[in-house]
Amino acid sequence: MIQLIKDTLISQVVTLWRVFVHAFDKTDTVEYPDVQPQMAARWRGRIILSRDPDGEERCVACNLCAVACPVDCIALQKAEDEEGRWYPEFFRINFSRCIMCGFCEEACPTNAIQLTPDFEMAEYVRQDMVWEKEDLLINGTGKYHDYNFYRIAGKKIGGKDKGEARNEAPPVDVRSLLP
Amino acid sequence: MAKITVDGIIYEVNPQNNLLQECLSHGLDLPYFCWHPCMGSVGACRQCAVKQYRNADDKTGVVVMSCMTPASDGAIISIEDPQAVKMRSNVIESLMISHPHDCPVCEEGGECHLQDMTQMSGHNYRRYDFKKVTHRNQNLGPFINHEMNRCIACYRCVRYYDDYAGGTDLAALGSHHHVYFGRQEEGTLENEFSGNLVEVCPTGVFTDKTFSEHYTRKWDLQTAPSICTGCGAGCNTTPGERYGTLRRIVNRYHHDLNGYFLCDRGRFGYGYNSSDRRITEASIVSVHDDEKGVRKTLTTHDAQRQFDAMTAGDVVGIGSPRASLESNLALRARVGVKNFYAGFSAEQQQCSQAVIAINREQGLHCPDIRTLEQADCVLVVNEDLTNTSPRFALALRQAVRNRASQLAADARIPLWQDAAVRELAQNELSPLFILSPQGTRLDDVATDTFLGTTASQIGLLGEIAAAIAGSGSGLAQQIATALLNAKHPSIVSGISAGSVELIQATANVARALRQRRPDLAAVDICFALPEDNTMGLALLMEEGGGTLEQALQRLASGNADAAIVLENDLTLRATPDAIDAAISGTPTLVVIDQIHNAFNVRARLLLPCTSFAEQNGTLVNYEGRAQSSHQVFPADAALRPGYEWLTPIDPLSSALTTSETILYHSAQTLPAFAGAEKLLPARTGIAALMKSPRQSHRYSGRTAMSANLNVHEKKQTTDRESAMSFSMEGLPLQKDASLLSAAWAPAWNSNQAISKFQDEINGELKQGCKGAHLLQRSLPPQSPVSVSTNNTSNVYFIDHIFGGDELSAMAPAIAARSVGAYLCVGEAEAKRLGLQQHGRAQISSGSYSAELPVLIRQRIAPGAIGIYCGGEINRHAFANGVSISAVAEDGNVLARSHQMFDELVINDSVNHRAMGRG
Repeated sequence: MIQLIKDTLISQVVTLWRVFVHAFDKTDTVEYPDVQPQMAARWRGRIILSRDPDGEERCVACNLCAVACPVDCIALQKAEDEEGRWYPEFFRINFSRCIMCGFCEEACPTNAIQLTPDFEMAEYVRQDMVWEKEDLLINGTGKYHDYNFYRIAGKKIGGKDKGEARNEAPPVDVRSLLP
Repeated sequence: MAKITVDGIIYEVNPQNNLLQECLSHGLDLPYFCWHPCMGSVGACRQCAVKQYRNADDKTGVVVMSCMTPASDGAIISIEDPQAVKMRSNVIESLMISHPHDCPVCEEGGECHLQDMTQMSGHNYRRYDFKKVTHRNQNLGPFINHEMNRCIACYRCVRYYDDYAGGTDLAALGSHHHVYFGRQEEGTLENEFSGNLVEVCPTGVFTDKTFSEHYTRKWDLQTAPSICTGCGAGCNTTPGERYGTLRRIVNRYHHDLNGYFLCDRGRFGYGYNSSDRRITEASIVSVHDDEKGVRKTLTTHDAQRQFDAMTAGDVVGIGSPRASLESNLALRARVGVKNFYAGFSAEQQQCSQAVIAINREQGLHCPDIRTLEQADCVLVVNEDLTNTSPRFALALRQAVRNRASQLAADARIPLWQDAAVRELAQNELSPLFILSPQGTRLDDVATDTFLGTTASQIGLLGEIAAAIAGSGSGLAQQIATALLNAKHPSIVSGISAGSVELIQATANVARALRQRRPDLAAVDICFALPEDNTMGLALLMEEGGGTLEQALQRLASGNADAAIVLENDLTLRATPDAIDAAISGTPTLVVIDQIHNAFNVRARLLLPCTSFAEQNGTLVNYEGRAQSSHQVFPADAALRPGYEWLTPIDPLSSALTTSETILYHSAQTLPAFAGAEKLLPARTGIAALMKSPRQSHRYSGRTAMSANLNVHEKKQTTDRESAMSFSMEGLPLQKDASLLSAAWAPAWNSNQAISKFQDEINGELKQGCKGAHLLQRSLPPQSPVSVSTNNTSNVYFIDHIFGGDELSAMAPAIAARSVGAYLCVGEAEAKRLGLQQHGRAQISSGSYSAELPVLIRQRIAPGAIGIYCGGEINRHAFANGVSISAVAEDGNVLARSHQMFDELVINDSVNHRAMGRG
């Protein structure tokens, strides 16, 4: 009998005590929106398009984010400047469909599309949740500071000639027979 | 049949083939680069390594290249052997050493054979520490982009361009790891089949420049099986659409017709779809006094009301060889047979009727393009095939190689041993004879050419027929002997000369040959036709209806209340005077068309119709093969297919409102189209309930592409006409590929996936529709008939692949390669007339005259005068002979026309030099 009380009642009392003690703990709940929560940098919130360290648009309009998107909420069109650099003519995200899964960020070969800790995206009008490139593009590198796709890819663009990408030899002279 | 063992499983194979081809035929995944189903093996890339064992006891085996090893009976191989796997992954690693890490900005990405093979071979990270080799690119003209850094040196491009297509200006340059695939100097790729490089190149060295301008990944393109509208050959194509505009055309495999390759007109001519000359809204010329002559826009509803009101009385309907069969049938149904007139010029109508009669004659056979490739002696009469039906010309380039096949067979070298066969044959070619008024692009592979006017060609054809029958000499005897000795002779001509006598004289050669060669089941003879539905309209005219001449006369005499002209620029089909008289005699002229042209600006009511990509339609090719062309994407609301505009006024009186019902009805009621209902998909079981998706299963952006207009997604457009849907849902490709547009199979994202849908490599598509043959051999065999001609005109008309076709000429890329109207004469003629190379000449005939730049060629029939109309001048005005006088020269004009002629590619070495081409 005593054993039974020991096993059950004491456990109950201890639990009650623990709950009571928690009443004096520091609160985790914050007075949002007066107090802003600290979000982890890896939080998957509002999507942005970033710029490379040289300040150029990182997005090369490869369409991989769009195809990775499980809800198909990204649409874009490739354009190309006179010197061969690809960029999106338009880049649209329908945030009313976005599920913040982050697949687009994982698919992005240039670190252009990134999810940020900002989650305050509610709108009264659903149409306002459609964001265009002007709304998405930030003036910075976002979470990844150093990567510049065009410094590595062997495609000639303005300011970077053939043979000037990482690990490239100068263009060959086809007419030479020398090794 | 032989048996081979692959990884312990026994397969039945054809011992004539190599192991790679047989493995792929059986659906096995084996990586390769340099091998191509149409070009055989050279063993250059080493990617298709497999392990071969001597016998069942051999456990060690040796690594062999499957593309270079015959699939001999009893062969035991392993694809999965670790050593073979390791070898393949090492090979791809070395091929990728200098690959530039630019897939995201490469147009090939997502449909790249190199990506697929790299995945399949299991290579991930580059371990090579040294620097990547880089190359400078070349500007290769308006069709092709060049990005040499991506090259893996498989040599497919030069093997295709030089060896297969007969090009001379693309080569492997440089040496060792500096090897470079390009031109000797920057410039436009001259060959008329250069666009196939885009599909032949396994990576992104050669990409479609017109596609790049509005680039979309393959998985994002909405596609449907379509038929090329560039000429009457009926090549199968896959157009792709995104965001409401047509983005590109690629080849769609058809076993009998185009195979793996298209011509550049077919591939790059789609640009007219979004041309600013497209008719985008209905308009009417006002007759009210205050705004007389002003063209006003109409809504679709008002336009239909106006149209119905205007065409309620006695109406003349003029059909078109470039409109679909359905639209022509709908017009015929609307105006009645006695008011329906062909949209052919007089010669076109007579010639196409003659061609149909020959196509019906027993003892003769109309070869498809694949059969043409197997001919071992070809006679080409008058037609400049490269410029009128280019895919024929590519087929004839393969036909002349049948001598090489013969030699290889004698030497017991398998045909897929491409390098060995070429080495053996050297320059030995099967006989090809060309009769033409001027040098053609096929002259370099011709045994002999005869340059003569239509009359002298008819004369020579008579001599050939006589020589075949027994008596002849000279060239006629040489041609006759070659035709008599050939296993598989073929005669190819066309109707561009507009001479029925020439067609009969050509048929006479075939008839004579049939009489002397009872061993042949039938003699192959075919005629290239200019427009995509020339044959369809010609067949329709057999069911009643008048000629264009009669229509114009009736209109000129004021004998009709209104005229409906369907998708036809009549200024190309009759003399200006006849057109003017007809228009002024017509109270109300209604034109339904896609593109603004010289004729339809004069219409009272102009109705916009959909292009081939925006409507379903049936087109009948030169053989009489009816094929379905499917709608690729929903058109703008203002555009409607011709047959929809023409639906009878009271829709309740007739159920013929969709393309399928119109086709089915005509197949039931018109004998000429009996059997056409075979084109309609006959699906059973679960498939009958499902539609085929036009969008790939990876189609992206559905919830965002129109979100800028309205965040609430629209319901997908319903296709009430065909078995396809404008969505990604429906019957998967692998379950029923009868409506295959873009081939895709797991691990095979590039166009090479087509092998998964063929019953064997280069075989028929497993479920593909090959079209319905409408022409039966119902007429008895004929003896040669006597042909006499009173056609003594020395004028002939020149065709050009770029700009020679009404619609594709509007495509910007094609326009960049086309030239304006010009006059072509020989040196002696030029001297006589006092003409100067690239100078100008005044030509006149009756009341018509024009001033044209002059091209002096060496290879032209003596005394002949060639005119290229280039959409600028009316050929009917000058058809009966012209008088020519030189115009005083002006330095600027000379320089301008010099520049224009620089775009022209002709095989005339003298002219090449004159125009500064090496």
